[in-house]
Amino acid sequence: MTRESYINAGLTFLLVLVPFWAWSTGQAYILTLCTKVAILALAGVGLNIALGLGGLVSFGHAAFFGIGGYAMGILASHAQTFDPIMDWPILIEGTKSMPVIWLVAVVASSLAALLIGALSLRTSGVYFIMITLAFGQMLYYFTIGWPAYGGEDGLSIYVRNSFPGLNTLVPVQFLILSYVVLGLALLFSARLARAPFGLALTAARQNADRVETVGIAPYRLRLVAFVISGSITGLAGALFADLNRFISPTMFSWHTSGEIMIFVILGGVGRLYGPVAGAALFILLEHLLGGVSEYWKIFLGALLLAVVLFARGGLIGTLAGREVAHG
Amino acid sequence: MAEPLLQTRGITKSFGALTASDAISLDLRPGEIHALIGPNGAGKSTLIKQIAGNMKPDSGTVHFLGQDVTALDTVARARLGLGRTFQISALAMDFTVLQNAVLGALGARGGVMRFFRPVMKDRALLERAHEALECVGLQDHAAMRTAELSHGQRRQLEVAVALTLKPKAFLMDEPMAGLGAGGSKRLTGFLDGLRAEAPILLVEHDMDAVFALADRISVLVYGQVIATGTADEIRANPDVRRAYLGEEDAA
Repeated sequence: MTRESYINAGLTFLLVLVPFWAWSTGQAYILTLCTKVAILALAGVGLNIALGLGGLVSFGHAAFFGIGGYAMGILASHAQTFDPIMDWPILIEGTKSMPVIWLVAVVASSLAALLIGALSLRTSGVYFIMITLAFGQMLYYFTIGWPAYGGEDGLSIYVRNSFPGLNTLVPVQFLILSYVVLGLALLFSARLARAPFGLALTAARQNADRVETVGIAPYRLRLVAFVISGSITGLAGALFADLNRFISPTMFSWHTSGEIMIFVILGGVGRLYGPVAGAALFILLEHLLGGVSEYWKIFLGALLLAVVLFARGGLIGTLAGREVAHG
Repeated sequence: MAEPLLQTRGITKSFGALTASDAISLDLRPGEIHALIGPNGAGKSTLIKQIAGNMKPDSGTVHFLGQDVTALDTVARARLGLGRTFQISALAMDFTVLQNAVLGALGARGGVMRFFRPVMKDRALLERAHEALECVGLQDHAAMRTAELSHGQRRQLEVAVALTLKPKAFLMDEPMAGLGAGGSKRLTGFLDGLRAEAPILLVEHDMDAVFALADRISVLVYGQVIATGTADEIRANPDVRRAYLGEEDAA
């Protein structure tokens, strides 16, 4: 085992220990915080595939996060008013079932990622950042002006959606559900990084000429990575909406894109557990410093600056040392 | 005479008033090393890009393995079996040496859209990668990070990655660039043996290497091929002496 995998194991242990302690002492608020960490980490795991493996600095992942959230909001709001989404040519009704909502969220966000990626991946560098940002902002303003689902005010869902065999209203059950989804995403992401696709994608990040010269088209690799990345972030959006039982255009705003990117950078770009460490640190700081000052993000900003200047590998990178090439 | 593997027919490329490639017709025959020389700014890089597929000629065609590949991009030409090495090493520097070679083997085999099985445990790919590394003498450095290789070793690795593709022809852009005398000599010896695998179109500044290796030499000046012939013919050619070798002697 490498040092990094010990650190990952330790982090996993902590992330299980804290909610266990909170559960046994009956602190529901801490459980909710842990759930939030898991869901935001999931969004980061998505971005980390594009940003960490592919080197694609997407500043528009809020688009997918928001699409996932609105997939949940639209389906659940129609279900709670018993008003079908459409009745012609085929009847489509809302649903309160999480698996169905997740499926819709994943499909919708991957389609959006396919479209956005197909256009924006023709550019690179600063233009890519700007185009992805523009797509995110487009959806943000669109939802603000979309009265059917609350417009600027957003939309509340009164009862959390259901999952077969679970009572999702019990905080610890929803927490376990979120942890399992995050765990599966991490597992998938770990395998992806070591698979042929991961090798070619990380090679394209380092040197696109090299990849072309061995007969692999970098554009296709990046597009597929972008779609996988967007769909995982979309799934996180659906879960996040369910955690808050609320959706609003804020999910689409560039602040959200920035925050997802902050999780990845704080934790360690391209590190498997980077987004987990980053999201945990972010929520921890919000929880600890948010009580001290309303302006806690000043400290976050200073920390981010320190990471970018002095600890490029983020939290995981600093603890684990330089990435060892995986054999 | 053997059918040429790679051929350009009347390739022309202009940038504004500058004609970088002026009706260039070249060919590469099986088993030979064909060197392309010319002073700086003669249009060697432009020509290489058009042969590799980075750049489309304004007119003229490129033929590879008897097929018109003018419309194909670099990826498609690489798949057909055009093994290219770059003037400035194009390698994944954070990878190990072995990973770079496996990447080549992966490109050659296909199946890059696989998401679950660890690529570094794929027997067939590893075998091909090790074989290529052994061929260039890098087998003992397989686990080393590519960024830690010396300049010469990187050149060798470039050739090894090209070898994993089992190319039908090599396109090498100044492989000797930046090598010391010793390294240059070693690589010359290696390329000498390589022509048995596949013919090489070699762009090179190192005249010792060119005259030692090349079966034929073409001289490019101001976008035009002013002469093609054996080393002796080129040495004796008065146009070449005036346009190129003479200038260099004077310098």
